[in-house]
Amino acid sequence: MKSSLEELSLELVRLARSKGAEEVECTVSEGEEFSVNVRMREVENIKQAGSRGAGLRVLLGQQSGSAYTSDLSREGIDRMVESALAAARVATTDPHAGLPDADTLGALPGELGLYSKDLEQLSEETKIRQALEAEEAALSFDARIVNSEGGSFSSHLSSTAFANSRGFSGSYRTSSCSISVVPVAREGSSMERDYWYTLSRSHAALESPAEVGRTAAGRAIRRLNPRRIATQKAPVIFDPRAARSLLDHIFESVEGNAIYRNASFLAGCLGNKVASDHVTVINDATIPGLFGTCPFDDEGVPSRRTVVIERGVLKSYLLNTYTARKLGLKTTGNASRGLSGNAGIGHGNFYMEPGPQPAPKLIESARNGLYVTELMGFGVNTVTGDYSRGAVGLWIENGELAYPVSEVTIAGNLRHMLLELEAVGDDLEFRGSIASPTLLIREMTISGQ
Amino acid sequence: MGLSESFIAQKFAITERDLERYLAEALSSGGEYADLYFEYLSTTSISLDESIVKSANQGVIMGVGVRVILGERTGYAYSDDLSPERILKAASVAGRIAATSATQPPLNLRELDRKWDLYPVVQAPTDTPLNERVRLVQRADEAARAYNPRIFMVHASYLDSLRHVLVATSGGQLTHDRQPLARLNVVALAREEGSPPHRGFHGGGGRVGLEFFLEEKTPEYFAREAARQAIVQLEAADPPAGETVVVLGPGWPGILLHEAVGHGLEADFNRKGVSAFTGRIGQQVASPLVTVVDDGTLSARRGSLNVDDEGCPTARNVLIENGVLRGYLQDQLSSRITGAQPTGSGRRESYQHIPLPRMTNTFMLAGESDPEEIIRSVDKGLYCPVFGGGGQVDITSGSFVFSASECYLIESGKLTRAVRGATLIGNGPEALRHVSMVGSDLQLDEGVGICGKEGQNVPVGVGMPTMKIDKMTVGGTAQ
Repeated sequence: MKSSLEELSLELVRLARSKGAEEVECTVSEGEEFSVNVRMREVENIKQAGSRGAGLRVLLGQQSGSAYTSDLSREGIDRMVESALAAARVATTDPHAGLPDADTLGALPGELGLYSKDLEQLSEETKIRQALEAEEAALSFDARIVNSEGGSFSSHLSSTAFANSRGFSGSYRTSSCSISVVPVAREGSSMERDYWYTLSRSHAALESPAEVGRTAAGRAIRRLNPRRIATQKAPVIFDPRAARSLLDHIFESVEGNAIYRNASFLAGCLGNKVASDHVTVINDATIPGLFGTCPFDDEGVPSRRTVVIERGVLKSYLLNTYTARKLGLKTTGNASRGLSGNAGIGHGNFYMEPGPQPAPKLIESARNGLYVTELMGFGVNTVTGDYSRGAVGLWIENGELAYPVSEVTIAGNLRHMLLELEAVGDDLEFRGSIASPTLLIREMTISGQ
Repeated sequence: MGLSESFIAQKFAITERDLERYLAEALSSGGEYADLYFEYLSTTSISLDESIVKSANQGVIMGVGVRVILGERTGYAYSDDLSPERILKAASVAGRIAATSATQPPLNLRELDRKWDLYPVVQAPTDTPLNERVRLVQRADEAARAYNPRIFMVHASYLDSLRHVLVATSGGQLTHDRQPLARLNVVALAREEGSPPHRGFHGGGGRVGLEFFLEEKTPEYFAREAARQAIVQLEAADPPAGETVVVLGPGWPGILLHEAVGHGLEADFNRKGVSAFTGRIGQQVASPLVTVVDDGTLSARRGSLNVDDEGCPTARNVLIENGVLRGYLQDQLSSRITGAQPTGSGRRESYQHIPLPRMTNTFMLAGESDPEEIIRSVDKGLYCPVFGGGGQVDITSGSFVFSASECYLIESGKLTRAVRGATLIGNGPEALRHVSMVGSDLQLDEGVGICGKEGQNVPVGVGMPTMKIDKMTVGGTAQ
């Protein structure tokens, strides 16, 4: 049986066709959100609401135009259809524009664990209580936790439907919830904050609020009284939270738009050795229950598992139908878009495979260097690979974490960083759709005093 | 300006009596303060690459957000359905989650007597023919390619929006505004035969009509600058690592102020005591050469607003005066709690978001030094005129970063060679103490800034004259 959203998406496809669109893609979504923020043991704010929206992409020949609306009245929908057609009329004919071939359309079968009923029944009181518990655990963890930016609980329930004029339609529901805490530690004149969080598709699978609070507090405390260090070249270790950003950069460098535009340091490198033997990077949107999982991508192509880098060799880019046609390749089912527009490219569960060693072994083998726990700023250029970011962390002395460090930058080039990636930890865990174990890079430039 | 001039009131047949009824419902559980924020947002985006207009996209988002405050507690609900039943439901939910005991204050809305309009755009870009706007990205493409044969890829995009808002508060304030916004972006890639590509970016706009792009800042202007930046990179060397003298160029490098001091002076962080600037009002936090203001009242600027998103008129707020910390940026909630004067700094991304104290246009006032003299005064250092990326700050420790995309080595008072971009890092309450020269050439940025806070993005402006900082850490690779 089709959901009412899916029926609506099919109806909008028919409507756009009747108004002159040759090909149509339609997304309809609706969602409910709840969030509570508490601070210093009091409720600070609560938000609760729902919203809906629809988007269309139409093709006139190979000219494509799009429109979206949150006004689902008859008038709002008519305006959307007219807007999309008007947009298509001003676009240029693009020989590669079009919908996916009919034989590539479809959805993953089976239960993917994207929706949990336990969130439907969860009471407002429980959500507030868990936010309070998480913050309380942080505040009572240590006398140096003197303040807090708060604790929060948030949950989302959403439904998405997609249909196109080549006969595809599908819909799915997702649920998610999270607990986070941002404690502030103080000692003398030093004041530092950090955060920790848990998130899951079901309430039952969340980590305990107290554990989240304690972890956040521990992270804030170990940042107190940071030192600055001398400018030098040294090994750099990224903890799993910081290492996720490197996976972001790898994703940006292998996604099809950057590749066909030649705007990536990995463009043209298919089959080449682009990283050390320790590096295997996977995109997998089929793993049940995870945040990067879905039955089909945003143009109706079934989700799949793609090996992007295998033992250092670049095996595949991540593509949608358009970029695949540009490059003479096949889509990898990575189309992504909001309500409308030409599909961009997104990732499923995008991660680096874990290595054999626990993180402490990596720290030991680095001897002297920087253990990075947080990165700041946007100084990464995936066209050239140039990398320069602010870093916060701990100095490694004789193979052990010795003291906190802040106000330094780490710099290098992604090309070299990947080739000089010396070790991968065994501590892969998913907190969101991008994940990485601890990573050790042989040498980067650290700027300090 | 009467309610009859409000687009939203007209379109949805909303009367003052309706607004009073919704506010009364919001306060019926005992809240002390409530407001309604109606929004009707129309947007257009056009994207071109490989000289092909690959997509045009138009959209409409509308809804109402209802907020109720009791003490320090806020309840918030919204609806994208503007029927009276749904608005009353949202008001009831917001009221219930904020409050628990019932009292009913009387309510009488008064329209704000607003005689100014900072962006009196006759025809908003969103209302102009699409093909005229498509022409902008095509012209940008042609100009960037014509600039130099080594430009091999141009990606131009154009975005505009027209936001109508209507704000009614239980304080009796009723305001509405029409907020046009447009920007053009150009990315150009340059390549030497056999070597890797480099990127240049330029863009700009404001709360302007389409004539801005036809007469003042043309597509060719933005395109040539993007192409120039990409070509410069072809010859650029590795940037230096370590502490050095840094001279920042005028305009967009003012993002330093946004990160180093602006965020740390937002009232919510200071009320909670989590900012590195907490409790420092009246203290010297910068060189006496430094005066920084946040000004939402500039004509046609990207960060400007006639009234903020809580219906309060914007203002020119002095943050630092001759190096002394003067004030915080307030929203309704923080000024209620601390008793501070409102500063017109309450902003939100959309009707789905709770307002927060935010910046508008943040800049440093001009000094007296000749910009060329500033460069001549440096024996060894780095000149950074172009900042491509954004910045970030940890308001608690005060650490901030921002990323230069085009730099030049200064040797014996002369710019000697181009180096590639790098992140600069410093500490908010410390960095501006090392300012030793401030130029006479104040410039505001071109109008591309987006500021993110707690997941909410709002358009902002920054600005600065040429400025010399005697000590700053540069995150390059060359030692």
